[in-house]
Amino acid sequence: MSLRPPLARVRGHGSAHEGAHHWWMQRVTAVALALLGAWFAWSVPCLVGAGHGEFVAWMARPVNSVLLVLLVGSGFYHGWLGIRVVVEDYVPAPGPRTVVLAVCAGIAWLAAAGAGLAVLRAGYGGV
Amino acid sequence: MVAFRLPRGSQVRPGRRVPAPDGARNVREFRVYRYSPDSGEPPQLDSFEVDLDRSGPMVLDALIEIKNSLDSTLAFRRSCREGVCGSCAMNIDGTNTLACTKAIDDVRGPVKVYPLPHMPVIKDLVPDLTDAYAQYALVEPWMKTESPPPAKERLQSEEDRRKLDGLYECILCFCCSTSCPSYWWNGDRYLGPATLLQAARWLQDSRDEAAGERLDALEDPFRLYRCHTIMNCTKTCPKGLNPARAISDIKRRIQQRR
Repeated sequence: MSLRPPLARVRGHGSAHEGAHHWWMQRVTAVALALLGAWFAWSVPCLVGAGHGEFVAWMARPVNSVLLVLLVGSGFYHGWLGIRVVVEDYVPAPGPRTVVLAVCAGIAWLAAAGAGLAVLRAGYGGV
Repeated sequence: MVAFRLPRGSQVRPGRRVPAPDGARNVREFRVYRYSPDSGEPPQLDSFEVDLDRSGPMVLDALIEIKNSLDSTLAFRRSCREGVCGSCAMNIDGTNTLACTKAIDDVRGPVKVYPLPHMPVIKDLVPDLTDAYAQYALVEPWMKTESPPPAKERLQSEEDRRKLDGLYECILCFCCSTSCPSYWWNGDRYLGPATLLQAARWLQDSRDEAAGERLDALEDPFRLYRCHTIMNCTKTCPKGLNPARAISDIKRRIQQRR
């Protein structure tokens, strides 16, 4: 049994003075994804039956490149924000929590960088 | 702390069956969670047959009848028996509510009565609310001012007073906090809907001069932002209040000052 006063226990190390940015970006990226997702869902059926070359040419158009980069960026950012909430909710021990968060962040950055690079290479006349 | 399964010592086993007294005609079964720290045994679910002709209409009346006539060792908190003190908060028929305002007739089948979920149990239906009260103290639920006190009372317009409606009525029964999964998993750091509704009540008070300081104390990924708008709090509140809206009001205020 702890002899520490309950108020000391619940105050802990005090407030972190953050969380608002995370909460706000969740909403901003959600709105961005709704708009970009609608554009993407509208665009893909138009490409049904297209070959690889046609698809790359579609990606290389400036408007499509920009929107695709934004879609990939906001998608992985939104996903990372959500995963972080899940991990903070369900992984109580500080050590394992930090490790899991770092691994998830690494995966999100790698995937976002890879997807962004694919779009840019198409835009610069690559594959 | 996440615990999808109860620890072995907390798993509830079937308990005793206590029949109604001879001659009882209007009988209803109550299944009541029993735990005694002195016995060293895991908790059990006792079944009591209550003669409703000897009891009032509410679940609290039946619990008092059990204590009077069937088993005097049953422990529960109660005081006002009219829904203003918050003492008899417990889980009845799967929902956190006040035993004194929950009608027996509103429950189908056996009436299942458990203590408030996911709190340490002191005995039977009595949960340990020490940390919940400490969290309430953390938000400093009193008026904070720096202006010199006026000669008479601190005035408030009728319009500003109306902004406290839906907040001041909270009786701190903690039905909402103990219905919230975020509070179950991270109750040591998340303040919970009951305490956050009180924090919103003081942020909303036109006479209070410490809004910034209060928001500073709340802006934390765990203290405030563990709320994921699950809405169990609002669904279960026996006073019909809306803690989820109060919490979103706090988040909006923090966003407004950024």
